[in-house]
Amino acid sequence: MPNIKTTASKSRLSSIGAPISARIGALWHNVSFRGVLYQICLIAAIIAVGSYLLGNAQEALEKRGIKTGFDFITSESGFAIGEKLIEYSPTDTYGRAYVVAILNTLKVSIISVIFATILGVMIGIGRLSTNWLISKLSSVYVELFRNTPQLVQIVFWYTLVVNLPQARQALQPIEGFFLSNRGFNMKWPAADPANSWILGALALGCLLAYGIGKWIHRRQRLTGSHFNYFWWGLGIVVILPLIAWLFGGMPTTIETPKMRGFNYVGGAYMSPEFLALMLGLSLYIASFIAEIVRSGIQSVDRGQIEAARAIGLSKSQIYRHVILPQALRVMVPPAAAQYVSLAKNSSLGVAIGYPELFNVNNTITTESGNTIECIAMMMAVYLSISFTISLFMNWYNKTIQIKER
Amino acid sequence: MATPAQSGLTRERPPILKISVIDWLRANLFNSIHNSILTILCLLALVFIVPDALRWTFIDSIWYTEDSNVCRAAAGACWAVIPEKYRLILFGTFPYDEHWRGLIVILIIVGLTIISAFERFWSIHLFTTWIIAFVIVLWLMLGGSFGLKTISTNRWGGLPLTLILFVGTVVGGLPMAIFLALGRRSELPVIKAVCVATIEIIRGVPLITVLFMFSLMFPLFMPADITVDKILRAQVGMIIFFAAYGAEVIRGGLQAIPRGQYEAADSLGLSYWKKTHKIIMPQALRIVIPPLVNDIIRAFKNTTFVSIIGLFDLLGATKAATEDPKWQNYAMEAYAFIFIIYFIFCFSMSKYSESVERKLSEGRNY
Repeated sequence: MPNIKTTASKSRLSSIGAPISARIGALWHNVSFRGVLYQICLIAAIIAVGSYLLGNAQEALEKRGIKTGFDFITSESGFAIGEKLIEYSPTDTYGRAYVVAILNTLKVSIISVIFATILGVMIGIGRLSTNWLISKLSSVYVELFRNTPQLVQIVFWYTLVVNLPQARQALQPIEGFFLSNRGFNMKWPAADPANSWILGALALGCLLAYGIGKWIHRRQRLTGSHFNYFWWGLGIVVILPLIAWLFGGMPTTIETPKMRGFNYVGGAYMSPEFLALMLGLSLYIASFIAEIVRSGIQSVDRGQIEAARAIGLSKSQIYRHVILPQALRVMVPPAAAQYVSLAKNSSLGVAIGYPELFNVNNTITTESGNTIECIAMMMAVYLSISFTISLFMNWYNKTIQIKER
Repeated sequence: MATPAQSGLTRERPPILKISVIDWLRANLFNSIHNSILTILCLLALVFIVPDALRWTFIDSIWYTEDSNVCRAAAGACWAVIPEKYRLILFGTFPYDEHWRGLIVILIIVGLTIISAFERFWSIHLFTTWIIAFVIVLWLMLGGSFGLKTISTNRWGGLPLTLILFVGTVVGGLPMAIFLALGRRSELPVIKAVCVATIEIIRGVPLITVLFMFSLMFPLFMPADITVDKILRAQVGMIIFFAAYGAEVIRGGLQAIPRGQYEAADSLGLSYWKKTHKIIMPQALRIVIPPLVNDIIRAFKNTTFVSIIGLFDLLGATKAATEDPKWQNYAMEAYAFIFIIYFIFCFSMSKYSESVERKLSEGRNY
């Protein structure tokens, strides 16, 4: 085989004064020249294919008489959406329909993330339990839910919910909680102006407790004096909302759903679609979170735990100060990927008719005909949701990484 | 060295651990107050649920009947929907007399998957065998020559379609994943930027939007007289999605190769492709087998997504089969049936991935 792997400098030297054909040959053997050439070809190919495809689409759309551009967002949508967090009617704009859909996507994603995390952590710890029954049940759960398609699970839950008894013969597992083929109705505090104050006080309490905890930690690092603030923190979190409740006129009404016509009125309500999608998203992701939690805890070196025991830390102290900080470092990156996956797969709601972004976007696409714009908007929203979760988890990951000074 | 007998000690056997049922219970279920409470709560929950579930599943259930009215009277599950509809569930709308072709397709793909699990068969020949097998599978499904009746792709369905989409995704996606991963680590800025953008955008959006793009939007971007098969369009979408995820896994493997390997290959004067093909890739791919198998399992689960864009894969065919008004109340039983099929495939693959992982970590001891 002839030596074609001449280095860049050598080929440049040999091309001086050589005939043109040889010079071109030498140029071809020049690695950096070839690199530039490849890249120019790639750019040219992308531009050519892209403009060809877009040109075709433009032509097809013009033939159908569809005006391109984002003007359609302000025109009347003309279709109803079953489930909404803000006011919306068919006379509203496409833009508002998008907002309704995005809020629905966020609602089901956020509730599912919380539910999946709680369940996943419980099952992950359960798999490591010394209790044979608990660890076996947890393993069975993980294997069953991890090894079957999420869409089959969602469709299965939906079939289960719509096959429940009718609202009149609703199942009542706990007094005031009704499960029927119309969804899930439950007791809920009645609407009251004081509610927002109580929620605000709760948030303030959490922030305060967090801040005080930080301050006490710093003091301990500086002066060495230890102060167990757990009960104080909990007190602040509980007492502030309680004060708000007292001053808000002590609302105590808790609405129980009541049968009216064919359905329940009052209390809180989850539609069958929401219920099935939430179960499908969170039970599936919980099995992955459980695996992440288990491997995170197992990744902590046994010597660490033995050392902690040797210096006399209690079991809860070992968990809080030795196992958790180290396990979290291993757990956060894969958990972030699972949360992104959960938010993206909320689009499977389309299979059971939950009005989330993908589903509503389909309707808007067929109603307005502005195919390209609709796809671009939907992609942009999903990308920003994914990137926001990644950014947040990256930030959180940084705060828990080893601080090397 | 003195044996115990010489040193005057009696030879004693190690104590036999006597494990009675009660000892076992005490050690594994009631070893602390906290655990005892948990055990009792768990048992209570099981007693509450299991008998009813068993009665629904096995005792009050109807296993076989051709009359759906029999099921209506029963208090338990109606498994009769499965013998009634299993052909439709497993093969979709594929012509009834040609189902044997679908069965052979299933056998070929499952058999080859099992062979692929053995390390001694891992070589480029395996990949070639897969491609040849895939051609045979396509011929079996399409027909049209050697005496087989032609069957158009819009009648494909059921488990063969699921498996074909799965194999097509992996066979087509792996090479693309490798090139994307190499491109992302390239020193040429444009190639790197294109690969990063492709990977990140595809990974940032749901698979269903990618499928939607390819299957429903694609005709819009094509000249009016060119039509591409619906299954092929879905297949391309699945390949690209798989490749974007696979690329990140393979990139992890590439990053794990010590710099010395690259430098040694460079100092031998190997070209970029020779270095990649002979030195880097074999090592990188070996490291990433377990996460790659996880991606492959996900690709298998993701084949269900095509049911949303109107293909009749195993899930889509089940959905269609249970639309029969006589049996539509027993869709849950049919879904339980395919739940088990999917579980068998994914569970065996994930157990396999775990065993490879264990083997790889054993080898790391030197």
